[in-house]
Amino acid sequence: MASLPPGGYNGRILRVDLTSGEHRVTPLPADWPDKYIGGRGFVSRLLYEEVPPGTDPLGPQNKLVMAAGPLSGVFLPGCGKTHLGAKSPATGGYGDSNVGGHLSPELKQAGYDMLVLEGASAEPCIVVINDDEVEIRPAGDLWGLGCFATEKRLKDELGEEFQIAVIGPAGENLVKFACIGHDFGRQAGRTGIGAVMGSKKVKALAIQGSGTIPLADPQGVLQLGKTMYEACFAAPGFREWTPQGTAGVTDWVNEVGAFPTRNFQTSFFPEYKKINGERLREDIHLTDKGCMGCPTPCGKYSHAKVPMGEAKVEGPEYETIAMLGGDCCLADINEVAYANYICDDLGLDSISGGNVAAFAIEAYEKGVISEEQAGMPLAFGDLPSVVHLLRIIAGREEGLGDLLAEGVKTASEKLGQDSARYAIHVKGLEWTGYESRYAPAMMLSYVTADIGAHHNRSWAITFDVAKGRDELAGKAERVIELQHIRPLFDCLGVCRLQWVEIGFELEWYEKVFPVVTGRQRTWQELLQASERVWNLNRVYSARHVPGWGRRLDQPPARFVEEPVPDGPAKGKFITQAQLDELLDTYYRLRGWTDDGLPTKEKLLELDLPDAAKDLWG
Amino acid sequence: MRLATKDELCSGCRTCLLVCSLQNQGQNNPKFGLLRIHGLFPKPGRYEVKVCIECGTCRDVCPVEAIYEVDGYLRVDKNLCTRCLACVQACPEGVMTIHKQWDATQKCCHCGACAEYCPTGAIYDADTIEPDQAWRITRQVTKPVAENGGADSG
Repeated sequence: MASLPPGGYNGRILRVDLTSGEHRVTPLPADWPDKYIGGRGFVSRLLYEEVPPGTDPLGPQNKLVMAAGPLSGVFLPGCGKTHLGAKSPATGGYGDSNVGGHLSPELKQAGYDMLVLEGASAEPCIVVINDDEVEIRPAGDLWGLGCFATEKRLKDELGEEFQIAVIGPAGENLVKFACIGHDFGRQAGRTGIGAVMGSKKVKALAIQGSGTIPLADPQGVLQLGKTMYEACFAAPGFREWTPQGTAGVTDWVNEVGAFPTRNFQTSFFPEYKKINGERLREDIHLTDKGCMGCPTPCGKYSHAKVPMGEAKVEGPEYETIAMLGGDCCLADINEVAYANYICDDLGLDSISGGNVAAFAIEAYEKGVISEEQAGMPLAFGDLPSVVHLLRIIAGREEGLGDLLAEGVKTASEKLGQDSARYAIHVKGLEWTGYESRYAPAMMLSYVTADIGAHHNRSWAITFDVAKGRDELAGKAERVIELQHIRPLFDCLGVCRLQWVEIGFELEWYEKVFPVVTGRQRTWQELLQASERVWNLNRVYSARHVPGWGRRLDQPPARFVEEPVPDGPAKGKFITQAQLDELLDTYYRLRGWTDDGLPTKEKLLELDLPDAAKDLWG
Repeated sequence: MRLATKDELCSGCRTCLLVCSLQNQGQNNPKFGLLRIHGLFPKPGRYEVKVCIECGTCRDVCPVEAIYEVDGYLRVDKNLCTRCLACVQACPEGVMTIHKQWDATQKCCHCGACAEYCPTGAIYDADTIEPDQAWRITRQVTKPVAENGGADSG
């Protein structure tokens, strides 16, 4: 530990054992900052070492890990990102989710780089961290409340300086796509980590830190931070992108035929202009809502009014527009925002929530789910249908609700009747907002993403459009490049959107890293650490889930057998042979076997001797 | 420098608190920031920005006359302050600040960093910017826009 200062890290891991009620601080292993950087790298390493194969994701042996990166909470653009992870109840493999807001800066100010929840409480509780004081309190009547009421109550009781993470009824009921909510509208949405928190009977975490985040060169950070903000303000996308945030991409995704529609039956939603960024900004927007240090706040707090009622909600962001809008065919921004609110308050991931609801509606249309099972007639484009489904899922109501709460993979296996064909997931994690039948790089991104079907590890759809959508050459190379760059942001603890969306250059992060940490690292060295984390996660999941590799790196049958029926991508799809060719290239370039597993040589090259031994003996 | 605020532009990002603490205390600690951002959520769903308006209440209530004026702005004499917190309790904007690591209260010195780096323009310098020009997104550009490569943006 003597080697840890000067800056960016506290060198301390706070561990709360919910079984015993005790807590302790352990040192951050001295080689972790260089090998794993922080954030997602720390989550990956800790899970690899401490949550072994055979662990029940919803049992007390699983651990819920929160980690800050070295740049989290530091005066520079987008410093508000927090990484959460656990063994995923959705996939059984490595699971994580990244959330914006103010959590990791507060955690660092409290004096920690990581928070690890271990064991499980016998009774519902909340965990309150106030600098060095750590207390486990009874949850009392918070248990059962929605996310918004829970967070508001805790803010009122503890003080607004506390940053809070909560679960809703979905997390309490162990729904496999329950999220963790924060700051009245931010979510760590994916991989079911809200269910892990629920399995530990933790309703909420509250963190307050009064300390200073250590910096190698405070004056250097002040000067460079200012320059970085000025560069953001002057970047070409600052003015164009910020007012609508992620919702602004809705038009483009439809115009290129990649918008999930009608449970991914097609890739174009004719009514997309009723749910796009313009409608969000002009019809329902109340205020922008930024994460800590954000120069380009994509959070849009809105007021939705529909016949069912009205709601104030952060969003909808693009993914929610795609999954609750296009995929469930809700053709009014108010309806999308209202369904968004229902997800957020119940504590359901709005991506999987929309995907599962759309799956159920298609299964109903095909006669696989009866009206009696459903409890009401279900239809695409019908807000009451969607809200009903979300509610019976979050409550795990006997029958269909309980079934759908397992996610589309398990639900389709139990429903049978060929419903697996349109259960749109990879490895048990529901697909997200880019229909990829005519986007080979994006398809490859989804089937190889470390947590299952997820877009943000490699958002390669623009590359497909730019380089030719029938072209396979160069796609695997780009996917690998993005799978190292984008997760690196999660390691550093900062947001990627300034780079992705407004044209803020990557070089800034290489420049600021040594000023914050005192560690001289080239961008290539940082990328290699990201590659190390990617390979470690692959080994983790391969050891936990039989077949994790080529056998599971597959999209649903619909995507390799059914041409897109209409819209700009009409008639297109990627054949299994084409996908196999992409995977062959991808595995070869990664130094993996034909089955999609890292070779011993590759793992040793990446200085992962334990992973090499665990996988290959 | 005349600090002015527009609540409806605030996104709650707290960049102001970060730059304030680093510029004035040399430490990266938003709890050292000498202004306040309040989030009013889930309802009504907006932020409030509070900055020092130099109203003089702190000086008026200080029992030891530790608060004095220099060049039109009030300052706290750290050697005189007894940490009685009368000024903190009386400040109508809630921006007189105390921290458990400090021996004395502190107040805004109107350096203007919060306004200069507020990404939205919720805090701005009323001496140089008209209220209807505050939003940075539509504010007239005075510097040339840099050439940037862009990434994989749609």
